Amino acid sequence: MDKISQLLKLLEKTDYLEINEFRMDFDELELQLAPAMQRIMQQAVQQQAVVKQASEIESLEFTPPVQDYPGEVAEVQLGAGSRKPVFLGGQKALYRFEDPQPNPPVVTFDVFDIPMPGLPRPIREHFSDVMDHPGDWAKKAVKEFGANMVTIHLIGTGPKVMDKTPREAAQDIEEVLQAVDVPLVVGGSGDPQKDPVILEAAAAAAEGERCLLASANLDLDYRMVAKAAVDYNHAVLSWAITDVNMQKTLNKYLMKEGLTPNDIVMDPTTCALGYGIEFSIDVITRTRLAALKGDQDLQMPMSSGTTNAWGSREAWMKNDDWGPTDYRGPIWEIVTGLTMMLCGVDIFMMLHPLSVQLLSEIGSTFTKEYLSTDVPDISNWITELE
Amino acid sequence: MQLTAMDIYKLLPKTNCEDCGEASCMAFATKLSEKETQLDLCTELESEAFTELEAMLAPAVREITIGTGDKTVTIGGDEVLYRYELTYYNPTALVIDIADNLSSDEFQERVKTIQGTEFERIGEILKLDAIALRNASGDPAKFAEAATKLKDTRFPLVLCSFDPEAMRAALEKVGDEKPLIYAVNESNLEEMAALALEYHCPLTIFSPNDLEKMKNISRALRSKGIEDIVLDPGTFVEAGVGDSLDDFVMIRRLAVEERDEDFRFPILGIPALTWLYEKDEVQGGIREATIAATLMNKYADVLIFHGTSIWELIPVLTLRQGIYTDPRKPQAVDAGLYEFGDVDQDSPVLMTTNFALTFYTVEGDIKGKANTYLLVLDTEGRAVDVSLAGGQLNAEAVADLIKETGVEEKVKTRTLIIPGLAAPVSGEIEDESGWEVLVGPRDSSAVPGFLSDLKEKS
Repeated sequence: MDKISQLLKLLEKTDYLEINEFRMDFDELELQLAPAMQRIMQQAVQQQAVVKQASEIESLEFTPPVQDYPGEVAEVQLGAGSRKPVFLGGQKALYRFEDPQPNPPVVTFDVFDIPMPGLPRPIREHFSDVMDHPGDWAKKAVKEFGANMVTIHLIGTGPKVMDKTPREAAQDIEEVLQAVDVPLVVGGSGDPQKDPVILEAAAAAAEGERCLLASANLDLDYRMVAKAAVDYNHAVLSWAITDVNMQKTLNKYLMKEGLTPNDIVMDPTTCALGYGIEFSIDVITRTRLAALKGDQDLQMPMSSGTTNAWGSREAWMKNDDWGPTDYRGPIWEIVTGLTMMLCGVDIFMMLHPLSVQLLSEIGSTFTKEYLSTDVPDISNWITELE
Repeated sequence: MQLTAMDIYKLLPKTNCEDCGEASCMAFATKLSEKETQLDLCTELESEAFTELEAMLAPAVREITIGTGDKTVTIGGDEVLYRYELTYYNPTALVIDIADNLSSDEFQERVKTIQGTEFERIGEILKLDAIALRNASGDPAKFAEAATKLKDTRFPLVLCSFDPEAMRAALEKVGDEKPLIYAVNESNLEEMAALALEYHCPLTIFSPNDLEKMKNISRALRSKGIEDIVLDPGTFVEAGVGDSLDDFVMIRRLAVEERDEDFRFPILGIPALTWLYEKDEVQGGIREATIAATLMNKYADVLIFHGTSIWELIPVLTLRQGIYTDPRKPQAVDAGLYEFGDVDQDSPVLMTTNFALTFYTVEGDIKGKANTYLLVLDTEGRAVDVSLAGGQLNAEAVADLIKETGVEEKVKTRTLIIPGLAAPVSGEIEDESGWEVLVGPRDSSAVPGFLSDLKEKS
């Protein structure tokens, strides 16, 4: 028996026991071995169970965090008459996993009524052959670079620029309307006295074509701009300076003049990357959240003057330590626009063809359902990357 | 779901003992809710209440430190979905990958490039944060050897391999430096989890486009006692980027709004994957920066890059600086009169606004390059064009600034040089102040040239 006890002692820390060529000769045996063996067996099984429990991944359910929104963004139609229409807004949720947005973000190419020698070189090299004629410029943007829309900036009407008359402005609008069949944004020179007059003349020239008149703001006669839109069937860009309350006030005023949320696009102001973009992020995010929460004064699509990015020195200034401006400029415009798009902006005024292309690529995913796209297998990226 | 001062106050002793340095328990609660003081400063808190408060005060997203000693980067710690609600904490860590099968020279060259990458903006040097060593060779010995070489750099490490054997080999060399392990998936879970526990390293879960699986792996790791977890839901470029965005947003929303314990961790994105599909250096760089900016805007806490071109990294570094600026702090410098270089009664007088970015940009352009006075107008921290539109930059304010600073006693000139963007109010400033106004360049980089031209003319 002593030998058996010794054996059991040895076996105490053993998980399993294998007996080879075993022979027993005896007359009578009390099987005291059994309980001890049983105990060892039980311990072994328990240990295995612990290991098994840990390695078998639990199967928990995953529910996407979808929210309910009491409000929605109005849909604005741009382009009518001889234009192919484009629709903005219409979102019922913040993200596409909740509800894909009905219309993808839209890009409108900047075109000017004067040759604009001040434009950065990476832009000029794409358009230098057409800059003398806004119609040709617009045509190139549409034909070669797939512009959804064109913005004709009537910079030349500025009293300190060329002081073009309202009649000349109307002629430029007609030239662009003839040249392309996409919807137009019509911009002034930024002169608060003259812009309403110019926009009215342009609105009359483009009657029924549903342009976006840019812009109405609190520093000029916004009533005149609103009236021109109502009279000639256009929409109005409502521009406030990174201030949600200013935006609300202006929208209310415009609606008093007879415009509806379906006739207004807001420009909450795009500060460029590195030049206060975080202020725009906050204001645009708050504006869209307010719309979805039901604030009827802010339920309009939003616009971004993404072109502002080109004013940043990182985009245009020659500096060998920063690399070529040919690459910096487009990236600056993309990142500025993209950041605004991810906060909810619907339409982008842009300049560089590559910027437009990349922004549109990402924007086009916003109308698709979550997990509806074929994605590549990336599970071997660690070894596949060159 | 953000914690209010009142929620905290309820659990404090309410004795107003002032030991914490605050006048009252309510003031202390307010500071705690804004993360501006430490809970352990409270001397009268029962241990039960302490534990409860500690859990309440834990950020929605776990804060994780990669690396040790002076080679660390901290990620996570966020409380809110939108920065305007509070602020974002711990800027996105920008990491560059390096393959373990590079030749010795290439390897050294790449490390040198990574270490040398920096860019100065608004008085801040922007830099990269870590190196991701990639087990491209598939060979554990090579992986370990390359990890050893990286010991000499000033960066914390991310070790990338799905092979536990390779991971162990590398951890044997650098495991004491607390690298981030990348990554655990469903097929290596046991081994990787064991390594994370053995070496006390944070561990990344890789579960591309499958948040249910991610949740399950996260739960399994947590049940083993692993606390420092990073989540990689897969970075898809091109059309798949929509799914990546959804995955990132869902993870963060679950963490912040639903306090889902399985998702309260930092998120990792890999813009480097762009280079699986795009071989052109320029296109690839532009696209990689685009993907990086997309993911950074939607909650990425770590981003791994493959490209190292400065023109590609500058916009990403700049975006990070903007997004992670604390919106509660005014972006303004003191208004008043500043002097640059040797000034005397014949020096010119420039004007700008007190928006910090504007001021530092102008300062960077004229410091050491011009001798001039600079009047800084209080525009409540707004830039020239914004304050002009918003009305803070107006003729009366400029006239008052001239009077209040006493600049008229210091210089003989009565000519004020204003920013090019402020040109629309030049006439009004002349009327209001009695000074002559000269419209300067639109970008302050041209100021030194402008001033020397002026000097030649006079």
